[in-house]
Amino acid sequence: MTRKLLTGNSAAAWGARLAGVDYIPAFPITPQTEIIEDLAGWIDRGEMDARMVTLESEHSMITAAGSAASSGVRAFTATSSQGLLYGMEMVYTVAGWRTPFVMVNVSRGLASPITLESDHNDIMAARDSGFLQIHCATCQEIADAILIAYRLAEHPDVRMPAIVNLDGFYLSFTREPVDLAKTSEASAFVGEYDPENLQFKGNSPLSQAMAVLGGGPYSYFRYEAHLAVQKALSVYDEIIDEFEDRFGRRYDMIDSYQMEDAEYVIVMLGSFSTKARDAVDSLRAAGWKAGLLRPRLFRPFPRQQIRQLLLGRRAVAVIDQNISMGMGGVLHSEFATALYGANDAPLLASYIGGLGGRDISQQEFFAIADELRQADERGEAPSPRLLYTEHELTEMRKLQAIAQAEHAEINQN
Amino acid sequence: MSKQSPLHFHRMKDMPSTHLLGTGTPTCAGCGGLETLHTMYDILGDKTVFVNAAGCMTLLSVYPFTPFRGGWLYTSMASAPAGAQGVRDALDILLQKKKLSADENVEVVVITGDGTAYGMGMSATSGAMDRNLDFIYLCYDNEGYGNTGQQYSPATPHAARTSTSRGSHGYPGYKKDLFAIWAAHNPAYVATVIAAEPLDLAKKIEKIQAMSGPRMLISLAPCPTGWDYDPQLSVEIGRLAVQTGVWPLKEYSDGEVRHTKVPKQRKPVEEYLQLQGRFRHLFEPKRDAAGIAEIQSRINAYWDRVDAG
Repeated sequence: MTRKLLTGNSAAAWGARLAGVDYIPAFPITPQTEIIEDLAGWIDRGEMDARMVTLESEHSMITAAGSAASSGVRAFTATSSQGLLYGMEMVYTVAGWRTPFVMVNVSRGLASPITLESDHNDIMAARDSGFLQIHCATCQEIADAILIAYRLAEHPDVRMPAIVNLDGFYLSFTREPVDLAKTSEASAFVGEYDPENLQFKGNSPLSQAMAVLGGGPYSYFRYEAHLAVQKALSVYDEIIDEFEDRFGRRYDMIDSYQMEDAEYVIVMLGSFSTKARDAVDSLRAAGWKAGLLRPRLFRPFPRQQIRQLLLGRRAVAVIDQNISMGMGGVLHSEFATALYGANDAPLLASYIGGLGGRDISQQEFFAIADELRQADERGEAPSPRLLYTEHELTEMRKLQAIAQAEHAEINQN
Repeated sequence: MSKQSPLHFHRMKDMPSTHLLGTGTPTCAGCGGLETLHTMYDILGDKTVFVNAAGCMTLLSVYPFTPFRGGWLYTSMASAPAGAQGVRDALDILLQKKKLSADENVEVVVITGDGTAYGMGMSATSGAMDRNLDFIYLCYDNEGYGNTGQQYSPATPHAARTSTSRGSHGYPGYKKDLFAIWAAHNPAYVATVIAAEPLDLAKKIEKIQAMSGPRMLISLAPCPTGWDYDPQLSVEIGRLAVQTGVWPLKEYSDGEVRHTKVPKQRKPVEEYLQLQGRFRHLFEPKRDAAGIAEIQSRINAYWDRVDAG
């Protein structure tokens, strides 16, 4: 084992290298580009035995990753934001091929307006595709999650592709110390790629991804994929036990922080949850029984585990770094679904924050805690909130004033 | 997979007498695309994987049936060449790692319609040629979005009536020169073919078997359903396409274009047009002499350029 100071992107590249990937179809997009640059460098210098090819789009890139995995090799790829959406037809399509491979998504807000900074609307768009989803909060977790994702995706009971998600800028460009397994140890954990029946070769006729006629066969294959993704819940637990035995780090499907006696709970995905973790410490110092839940595994959705962790608590704030237009936070809806109907379900509050990399301040976490307490006293969940400060609005008004002045000036001339 | 092959096809009797591709496919009677595929498959054989884009041929393999004796992978409308890239690269990796024997290697063949080749799939095709992908691409060009009821595509010829150009003058645009676009990429090989000229087709397929790199074929695919004619006329219409000079048979390699079957005396284009319902408005209820003359003059201009070298 060696310890290196790595960005999230480099940690992702190391994850792919340690997983022994054979093939990397790539396409550059900010902020994931460093991943493919690192991999390209290693391949060029002969430090990594893999083939990399730059496709002309993410749509093609995901097709090639799927078709290569369908032809007997371990494939890896990475994208972000608009790229994920450009390839979205193929995200859904290759999941239906039941091809196990791993794709890293470096989360970034979606156009319009265009931004380079982080939020989760991109990855939420892949939510229903069949791709497994593991969300990371630290650079260490990224490198490890990629190894775990290959085991999970390639498991005989699962056989689905997986996305490992990390936040653009906050994690992709943040350097943290990362313990890297020896190649031999990582190989022993991940194992050889078993293509099972997915391999084109002479004298072995094989048709893949055929059309079906009628809803009966279609539904059958769709249900099979759904059940396979669900099966990944129990498989995940087996894999992380083994991972912990080998490497000493444990990655429960839901990361719990200060949950033992927590009455008020914050739920977040990804690296912004580290802000909530700090807030939990501060809240505890101020006498609150606060806790934090961070699902690592988002697909399959660990519904039972969420119920076990949250039933009996007073109130829960789900802070979504995404927004479903006309509905609100996606994670909030999913938690509501998980908790619905239980007698001792906590009150559930919805907050949208962190869109396009917008910070969430410690004061805001305290305000959220206050709202939870008031809601608990009233016995009624508060209305959903879009986090935005007075100061931000003032600054926005200044920008609008400039835009209007520019517009007026052009009209005059 | 053999990359050497002496030229076998000199006469019609050299052609395979039985077909390798299974029967009972859901393609329309008289499908010109299927005819091309038959000849191609007979020669290439079953050590192939066909990578398909959305189109008529997608329905060849409908679970649990397939007429192919080798491989088949459906991708999407736009990305079949990228699917071929992943398959080819995977096979090469496996060969290199000795996880696949040379005997188990297969030829990767993209098969798409003109809607993909001339339009949505152009970027992926261009990329595959940029990367010098070792693959064969067959475009069956039935000059419209045939599988959805023959709406006009970038391959539709001028004046053709389609589901989305039903007006009195048919399609106002002009067929895109995909051969030139592909040739401009300088791939190993580009050719136009047609099933109605099987020897020319067979020779070209035999030739590309011995080559590597991108080998691109555009087959005009007479389409009884989309072009509105009796299925028994498919071969005749295909021959007329060549004899009238509408569909020049040619090939490109090493920077040069060669015409492989030049009609000695070109027949008037109206012999080709009048057999097809999609051009009937040029003849009925009143003959559109100017319209026919314009089509003829464009064909003449093409061949004048060819003759001028």
